[in-house]
This record gives sequence, C-alpha cells and structure tokens, in this order.
Amino acid sequence: MFSEEKLNKVKEIIARYPQGKQKSALLPVLHLAQEEFGGWLSAETMDYVASLLQITPIEVYEVATFYSMFNMKPVGKHVFEVCHTGPCMLRGSDNIIDYIKKKLNIGVGETTQDGLFTLKTVECLGACGYAPMMQLGKHFREHLTPEKVDEIINECRAKAN
Amino acid sequence: MGRKLLFDKAHIENIRYYDVYRANGGYDSAEKALKSMTPELVLEEVKKSGLRGRGGAGFPTGLKWSFIAKPEGVPRYLVCNADESEPGTFKDRYLMEFLPHLLIEGLLISSYTLGANSCYIYIRGEYAWIPDILEEAIADAKKNGWLGKNIQGSGFDLEIYVQRGAGAYICGEETALIESLEGKRGNPRIKPPFPAVKGLWDCPTVVNNVETLATVVPILRIGGEEYAKYGIGKSTGTKLISACGNINKPGVYEIEMNISVEEFIYSEEYCGGIANGKRLKACIPGGSSVPILPANLLLKTAKGEPRMMTYESLSDGGFATGTMLGSGGFIVLDEDQCIVKNTLTFARFYHHESCGQCSPCREGTGWMERVLKNIEKGKGKMSDIDLLWDIQRKIEGNTICPLGDAAAWPVAAAIRHFRDEFEWHVLNPEESQVRNFGLAHYADPLEIAAPAAV
Amino acid sequence: MAEEKKLFKVKIDGIPVEVEPGTTILNAARQIGGDIVPPAMCYYSKLQGSGGKCRTCLVKVSKGSEADPRPMPKLVASCRTTVMDGMEVANITSPEVLEARKGVVEFLLLNHPLDCPVCDQAGECHLQDLGYEHGADGTRYEFKRREFEKIDIGDKIQLHMTRCILCYRCVFTADQLTETRQHGILGRGEASEISTYIHKSLDNEFIGNVIDVCPVGALTDKTFRFKNRVWFLKPVDAHRDCENPKCCGKTVLWLRGDEVFRVTARKDKYGEVEAFICDTCRFDKKETKDWIVEGPRKVDRHSVISQGQYVGVHKPKDALPEVLDGRQPKLMMNIHNISQVNRPEIDLSRIEGPAHSDDFKN
Ligand SMILES: Cc1cc2nc3c(=O)[nH]c(=O)nc-3n(C[C@H](O)[C@H](O)[C@H](O)COP(=O)(O)O)c2cc1C
Ligand code: SF4
Ligand code: SF4
Ligand code: FES
Ligand code: FES
Repeated sequence: MFSEEKLNKVKEIIARYPQGKQKSALLPVLHLAQEEFGGWLSAETMDYVASLLQITPIEVYEVATFYSMFNMKPVGKHVFEVCHTGPCMLRGSDNIIDYIKKKLNIGVGETTQDGLFTLKTVECLGACGYAPMMQLGKHFREHLTPEKVDEIINECRAKAN
Repeated sequence: MGRKLLFDKAHIENIRYYDVYRANGGYDSAEKALKSMTPELVLEEVKKSGLRGRGGAGFPTGLKWSFIAKPEGVPRYLVCNADESEPGTFKDRYLMEFLPHLLIEGLLISSYTLGANSCYIYIRGEYAWIPDILEEAIADAKKNGWLGKNIQGSGFDLEIYVQRGAGAYICGEETALIESLEGKRGNPRIKPPFPAVKGLWDCPTVVNNVETLATVVPILRIGGEEYAKYGIGKSTGTKLISACGNINKPGVYEIEMNISVEEFIYSEEYCGGIANGKRLKACIPGGSSVPILPANLLLKTAKGEPRMMTYESLSDGGFATGTMLGSGGFIVLDEDQCIVKNTLTFARFYHHESCGQCSPCREGTGWMERVLKNIEKGKGKMSDIDLLWDIQRKIEGNTICPLGDAAAWPVAAAIRHFRDEFEWHVLNPEESQVRNFGLAHYADPLEIAAPAAV
Repeated sequence: MAEEKKLFKVKIDGIPVEVEPGTTILNAARQIGGDIVPPAMCYYSKLQGSGGKCRTCLVKVSKGSEADPRPMPKLVASCRTTVMDGMEVANITSPEVLEARKGVVEFLLLNHPLDCPVCDQAGECHLQDLGYEHGADGTRYEFKRREFEKIDIGDKIQLHMTRCILCYRCVFTADQLTETRQHGILGRGEASEISTYIHKSLDNEFIGNVIDVCPVGALTDKTFRFKNRVWFLKPVDAHRDCENPKCCGKTVLWLRGDEVFRVTARKDKYGEVEAFICDTCRFDKKETKDWIVEGPRKVDRHSVISQGQYVGVHKPKDALPEVLDGRQPKLMMNIHNISQVNRPEIDLSRIEGPAHSDDFKN
C-alpha cells in the first residue's frame, strides 16, 4: 500500500489526463510502485495498481511485461545495466562487461550471492557519445574504464554498510 | 564557425534557468506569436522556413500541422516525442538538459498554432533525471505567466505535462507513443486513421520531435524566410548531430546544413578526426537504421561529388550508393572495427525492440540476429549470407510500422557494401575470432562510373 | 424506396465488383469469392479492431483510385485497407504478392511445430491450409523453436502457446464478448505470449468462443473427447432453445454414432463463426437429446475434414479442390516427412473404418 504522500502523487498524476482516462497514469504509477515496493513488480503490486486505477489486472500485466524497465523478478540492490549496442561496442563495452563479470564473479543476468549487485546488458540508452556507459539507478555512469568500475563498486558497497 | 540557431546561447552560464534564459531574449518569440500573430500566421512562417521533422523521417513540419483536423468541440493535442532511442542519437537529451526553456517556448508557440491546450512530453524512461529538470522549468515558466490560463493576456491556455516511458524503442514511433501515453503496450496502430485525425484518446494529435519543436523558436525570431536561407535547397536551417563511435570528439553539434561530411568528421570544430590516428572505415550517419556506407562512398557520392550533410546529398544514389540523414545519430567506425559485429549488435537491438505485433518483424528480427551471430562466431555458411539477404527483403515493406524496415536496412546495407568481409568471416572461421578484416579496400577512391545507360 | 447509394467499382485480379464505400479490399474480394480471396489469419469480421497483424493478406494496389490512379508504394494489408472508387488490386496475379506471402508463411511457421498429425487442430487448422497453399518445402530455420508447456486455463480450455501465431483474435473475443478479460498478450516481440500471468482459469459464459476463433491449435476444447482426428467425426447442424439471450443456440455437433464429441459454433467458408455461442451450449450439452438436429453440415473449406471419404491415398487430393472452394492446393505436405511423432508405418488411409486413438498406440 502506498503512503498518504504517494497516494497524493498518484492523484496528481491522474489529474494530468482528461476525466476517465486514468489508465494513462499506468506507466508513471508502475514506476512509483517499483521504487516503493522493493525494485520489482510482484503480482500483488500489480493488482494493487490495477485497483488504484480501476482497470483489470491483465491490463497491468500486459503493460508491465512489455517495457524493459519493469522488473518482473527481484533484483540486486544495485543493478549495473551496461549498454552493449553498436556505438558502445565500438568504444569497448565488451571489455567493461568482461571486467565486471570477473570482478563480481557473476554472469550477465545474475546477482551476487550477497544480493548486492545484478549485472545486465541493455540496449542503447542514448549516451552513445559518452561510451562505454551504464545505468545505475536513476543515473548514467559514462566514459567507463576498469578504474571507474572499481570506484562505482566501492561506492555501492560503502552505501550498503 | 558555423552559424547557430539553437545553441547560439548554449554557452551562457545558467541558461537552463528561467531568469537567465529570459534575460537573453528567451520567450521573445513566444511573446511575438501570442501578442501579434494569429495561429495561421505562425503556421505560414513555419511553412516558409522549410523546416522538416528532426525525428528521422524529415517530413515538412508546416504541412504536417496543416493536416490536423479541427472538429468543433473536440480537444487537440500536441505530443513532444522525447523518446530518443535510436542507437547513435542523443541530441534531444542535450537540448532538454541544457536548454529546457527553449523546448518549452517551442511547445508554447506550437500549441498556440495548433490550438492545443494540453501538451505532453513523452520522454524515454531511462532519462530518469530529465523529467525533474523539465518539471522545474515548467513550474518556473508557469510562475512567470508563460503557461497556465490566459497566457500573457492572450486568452490562450496551455498546460505541459511530462510523461516517462519505461524502456521501449518502439514507443518513439508516433502511434506506439500515443498508445503508451494511453497506458497501453507500445503497439503501433494500423494507419489510417492518422494521428492528425484520430490520435491521443481518439482526438486530433500532432507528434513532433523535441528538436523540431525547439526550432520553431528561432524560426519566429528571425522569420521563416530568413531561416530558409540557412542550409542548401530543401535542407533548410541547422540540424543537431550527435556524433559517436571512433572519433576524437564525440558530442552533440549544431551544424548548418551546408557543410560536407568530410568537414564534419575531420575539422576541429566538430568531430576532430578519427581517434587514435586511425583511418576511417565506415559510417552510419543518421542513427542505426539508416544504411551504413564505406569510407569511399561516404565522403563522395557515386558521381564523385563531395557528400554534404543535407537530406538530399546523404541520400544521393538511393540505397544503392547512398544513405539517409535520419535522426542525426552519426556513428563512425575506424579501420579496426568489424562490420559483422556491428551489424549483429543492431540486429540484436531490433530483435529486442520489436513489439511483436506483426509476423515478419516478430519472427524475422530474431532469425537475422541468430544467423548473424553464427557468422560472427565463425560458425556461418556461405549460404547464410544469401539467407540474411532474403530474410531482410521479406521483412522490408511488409510490416505494420517502419521498425521492420529499420531492422532490414542495416543488414541489407552491410551485405551490399561489405559482402567480402562477411565472406571472409565464413571462410576464415578461426582467424576471424582473433583479428579483424581491417580497412581492406573500403577507403580506396572509387572509379567514377560513366553515367549508366538506362 | 431504398436510399440511392453510390457503389465503388473495384477490380481484383482483373475481376470487377461493386461494393459499398468503406468496404475493405478483403471483403470486396470475398464478394467475388474463389481463388482471388486473400488468406486471412488474424482478421475476423466479427471482431472489432482485428486484422493487420499477420500480413498474410497483403495485396498490391496497382491503381489507387479513379481520382488518383497512382499505385500504392508498398503492399497493403487487404483486411485493413478500404477500397476507393476505381481501385485496382492484384492478389494472385502479382508475383510480388505471392513472393511476400510465401515469406509471411515462412515467418509464421518458423516457430510453429510441424507436428500437424498429432495436433488437436489437425484438419481444421488455417495455418495448415496456408502452408499447403503458399508454403515452401521444408524449413530454412536451423535454430531451436520456441516451446511452451501446455497449460489448462480452467477445466474447459487448454492453451498450447507453442502453436500460437499471436493473431490477437482471442484477446478481442474476450474484450468484446465477456465481462472482464482475464488473459492477454504478455511480453514483447518474439517473447510475446498469450497468458493469464498468474495461473487463472478463464471463467465466463462466452469465453469458450476463443476456441472457435483461434486459427490454430493453441486454444482447444478440453471437454472434446476425441481429439486429434476430427475428420472421423460427422458434423451436423443442430440448435436448441438457449436460455442465454445473447446466445444464438445454433451449433454444429460433432458426432460419432449417436455420441456428441464436441459442440462448436457454425463456421463459414472463411472459417469464421456465423454467430457466437455460450459456454453452456458448448461445454455442457453433450447429449443428442439436448439438441434438435437439422441435418449434416456441409464442410466448406477445411481440407481434411471430409467425413468418411478418407480412404485410399489419392482420394483426398481429388476432394481438396471441392472443399477448398474451387482452389487447387499448391502443395501437399507429406506428414510422414515432417513429423517426428507420427508413426510412418501406420498409414491413416489403411485403417478400416473410423480410426481411434488406440490405433496410434503401441
Ligand atoms: C521505430 C521508430 C522509432 C522512432 N523513434 C523516434 C524517436 O525516438 N524520436 C523521434 O522524435 N521520432 C522517432 N520516430 C519518428 C516518429 O514516428 C515521428 O515520425 C516523429 O516523432 C515525428 O516528428 P518530426 O516530424 O518532428 O520528426 C520513430 C519512428 C519509428 C518507426
Ligand atoms: S514492424 Fe515490428 S515493431 Fe512495427 S508493428 Fe510490426 S512487430 Fe511491431
Ligand atoms: S491463442 Fe489462438 S486466437 Fe489467441 S492469439 Fe494465439 S493463435 Fe490467435
Ligand atoms: S549505444 Fe550505448 S548508449 Fe547508445
Ligand atoms: S488478415 Fe490481414 S493482416 Fe492478418
């Protein structure tokens, strides 16, 4: 269940659309729900969103599974989403991915045993000129080098403690 | 220095904030439009400017606006396409991060022209920090009377909302974007009806790219006719190019559409040449979906003329020897890059991004990726190259939306111009895993063919 | 007096027809009938918004209209393109169309299992027909096919996603005929699937219609007690006075002797139901005494469902043009070549009398 504050946010979002078009709020509300409920969308979370927007649960499942930013399974605390599309590949994204794999001892799509890190490869994120890059939470980390990756890992570990 | 119209004030510190933007002539164009021009007059100026859509297709903006249906009592909408997901393209991001008020002013003028009282900016979900920037700018504009009710006493009302996507390239396609904005899966609609008649919530809607809408501001500032004097022929004005790949200075550049490709790549003002002293092998000048060209065809057209950074010159020669300006995502490959690998990453991208509605794209994109992967890994057969050609041919033109074409073209162009590199991969399965084909003959001067007898 | 309506003159493969404005090319072709009707795997005239997705119905518009005679630059989906006055369309007379269609059929079959002989839909599958008529020999796809487990969505309907061609018909059906839709398309692109997400049973008085609209064997009737070999059953038209006001009560009973093996809606020659029926009629009325039998059903289109005539290897070939509405099959798939499952030593046509599933067991 959302807090009072978040529920007001939901109301504010719904108010952006004409009367009766509250389904338009689905993507923003799913973002909100994912942030709020552990970084992924469980069936219960989705059913809750459906009830908030007065739509059927299947409408939410259909949408949630379409978009790549919605996690349908739990993920690690810090998700490294490294871009590997052409422009990033040209600037060495493969090496960065290999480096992270070795460093964290996980494969792509896996989470470290302590549940701290998940490594994913993603398609172009619109930072091709600042490649190689990854998305970490809300922000982009660009011009990656092995040293920078080390720094980021340390930073995340520090936050966890 | 090339003339600038969008970035002319980008260097001014804090230009992203309202006060600084306003103090430097910001909102003057909007003021002019609202106070002294009818919507018809603004439309006339946009038509005169020759502005063409900056999202990829290059459709004349004024003409597009004139199609919007105006049934009595039905709201109209302007939707700003900030989905920016075509690999190689990151120009709209720059505009929104650094010049948010330029976009808002453009949205205001455009909405006024179209008679839209609500405007939505649909921004790709991964640009997660940009909505905050935009929303802050919207709030400031509103505080200063540029949004809300009765703007500057003109009687015109406008609200702008920011909507975040959630990771789907296809939502850049305008009807998929509308579906997504309605809270649905990003499945493109079958056209007709076109959005200009039945768009968002079945109301008349115009969808335009961020850069297109921002460009309306300088057009009103200097006048449509003056704007049309920039550039060459039908490529009027300036264009934002996001340059990436193996160049010295990747970044977003505003160019006047009258410079050559060679100047763009090699001059210090723009890309600053190929990185690490290497040689140019190939380039994809307009985002991942436009055809790749080898160095020799990139710098000069098949007729031997210098290739210019314009819609017409880049597409000179059609797909046989030309390419497209597209979205302006300029991807440069140096001599050490593998064309097969690069094509594979694009095929993987389109496979990943297909919405899955229509069978040629849903099934064909994955098939192409798998065949390419085999070739890249040294497990390909000669017949695979022909198979790839055949698959892309059967996707192209047979799908609901242009994503099918966008998936087919990179594969087609790579085979068309770099077939020997593909064959080398097949014939040298082991060697191809440890070294690249290299520059080969791809930069050799072309023999200028005598005009073909038709 | 009837209102004067201007009809549009259209030519399809050179054959003229006059149709009402707003008619699609596909429906104009259906008014002509025969060979020139484009195949349709996703369009369903009774489902709003359907069509446009499978791309099997692509045609070439060689002349846009009298007013603007320019040809259309690309092939168009005939099910979603309306005619203009003076329009000229090429379907089977256009090599380009046939080539594209062959491509589409290949794409549709890419991930589709080629085990027709053991599929519940065998004999009444539109994809099977399409493969016969437009397909190429064999497959060029060398990768693993998409596979899913069969799942029961409720005790009446089984979903075998492996066979689904994502035509969306069942989604439109649930949207337009039932109170709340509980299943839909999940995932994206090649990974899309029909599902309920969390295992739910579909339960609604009209949901059974998804079985009839499904062009392949992805949604099947679990209460059907003699699957796989539908052509050994005798279809008869029947009706009952259904309590449900939205149900037409007009059905086809599939009989062996006096036993009702299944109940379906009545389908026209394009495989579309004439009217939808309720789940009570479909699933619960399995006695002949529940029904008033009208007489044998003429099977219009479907190739191999020709009751009792299935003797001798060459017979079906002769019967095909008749049941295919006058069209000649382009290709007969030899099921023994493509099936790893069916047993070649059992020749269907040699079995005396109606075959039973026991005949296929060791
Ligand atoms: C698959 C696909 C993706 C697209 N992505 C974008 C995009 O990210 N941004 C954009 O402005 N236009 C994109 N477009 C083009 C839009 O459909 C549309 O033409 C454009 O927003 C119109 O604006 P314009 O006339 O200002 O260019 C895309 C088109 C297709 C087919
Ligand atoms: S071409 Fe691809 S992305 Fe476009 S509608 Fe068809 S499946 Fe979807
Ligand atoms: S299950 Fe059948 S009706 Fe539903 S989408 Fe798949 S093929 Fe079409
Ligand atoms: S290719 Fe990696 S951000 Fe564009
Ligand atoms: S029937 Fe027309 S596209 Fe499927």
